[in-house]
Amino acid sequence: MKIREDYEQVGWRKLIHWVNADLQEDYISKDHVIHDQLHLKENAAQEKNKRIDELKSSLQALAKTHGKQWYEKSYRIFSIFVAVAMIIVLLGVVSQLPSFGDPSNPANNEVSERYIESGLQETGAVNIVAGMILDYRAFDTLGESHVLFIAAVSVLILLRMDYGSDGKLRKTKGIRDEGYDRMYEPRNDLILQTVTRLLFPMIVLFGIYVILNGHISAGGGFSGGAIVGAALILYNNAFGFNKTKRFFTYNTFKWVSFASLITYALLKTYSFYTGANHLHSGIPLGEPGAILSSGLILPLNICVGCVVACTMYTFFTMFRKGGM
Amino acid sequence: MIQLFINYYETVAVIIFSIGFTTMLLNRNLIKKIIGFNFMDCAIYLFLACKGYVEGRKAPIIIDGVQSMEAYINPVPSGLVLTGIVVSVSVTAFLLALTIRLYYRYHTLDIEEIIVLSKKEED
Repeated sequence: MKIREDYEQVGWRKLIHWVNADLQEDYISKDHVIHDQLHLKENAAQEKNKRIDELKSSLQALAKTHGKQWYEKSYRIFSIFVAVAMIIVLLGVVSQLPSFGDPSNPANNEVSERYIESGLQETGAVNIVAGMILDYRAFDTLGESHVLFIAAVSVLILLRMDYGSDGKLRKTKGIRDEGYDRMYEPRNDLILQTVTRLLFPMIVLFGIYVILNGHISAGGGFSGGAIVGAALILYNNAFGFNKTKRFFTYNTFKWVSFASLITYALLKTYSFYTGANHLHSGIPLGEPGAILSSGLILPLNICVGCVVACTMYTFFTMFRKGGM
Repeated sequence: MIQLFINYYETVAVIIFSIGFTTMLLNRNLIKKIIGFNFMDCAIYLFLACKGYVEGRKAPIIIDGVQSMEAYINPVPSGLVLTGIVVSVSVTAFLLALTIRLYYRYHTLDIEEIIVLSKKEED
């Protein structure tokens, strides 16, 4: 318990003592507290000094052998020089660029013309960007989903901690020696829990809406998946890992990601195979603007949304606890 | 020179990019280096987004069956920005995870100290 140093002198306390007729002034001994604090400070200062000395000596040793001091000085000067040179070069480039917002810019060439003028007939998507990234460039988006999945897996490898079958942390060498930082977080916060109970279904619903409407309005798998992932993170913050463990574990992450990626790959393989061989793919494009339209874009959006939501939540749990 | 003020979005993007680059060069703290890296990412998105913009046109979502090029902005940079955001999120998460592991090992975020300590371990 932390107590102000001048706590004994506060007027309110004196008043309480007077009302209670309490003559014992010393239920927290001042000397004891101060002594403790001094002791702690001394210890910390000693350790710090020792560490600094060690570092200094090793730095000096390096400086002698490797010319470190010269390097330190020249590095700063050189990096400032490089930064200034880069700013000048880039500003020079910008001053030669075509004007902002001009319709006759070279960027508005036949590529964008083709996408805008025949995108609707070829992909069936009203949202041209969705039609572009999930139909013309679907292979690229498959790669993107894999980048997310691989990032989640590498964060898992780097940060996952071993929890035994009894739920206790197995001591791994060098990890989490200096106390557990979640000790000081509030638990079962009533305001957060009430708000989460109200908001969680709405946020998830909104995320699903954004995913399913990816081909007829702004949005799509990436943004909708990020919204669903944010809802999961909010739920976890409010209710803790014991509740989220009931519906989201390693296996959920593994199987949902795997199923989404394999579905995406198979669907697109079919469409590439038939398209490359001039076969009729038999996938109806539907009426533009309807929810069940534009061929494969809707299922692909759902797959991407699942991968993104799982990845976001996995990043959060790994950085917070190192487990799910 | 006057073009710098006409292209003010690009100018701002370039300045933000330089701020991020300088942060990466001059700071020894690994977290600050990652923040600088994210600054550079955001500058690139701003640059791409304003390259695709055309004065007075709308977002490329077809309304009322109008399919002429004069009605919509360029959709290609929007798709590129989407790709960029995904990659930047993944790379940032990976870098932060690596930084956490380095902190567990050496109990410092200073890159110079980490180099010194790792050299000492090798000896």
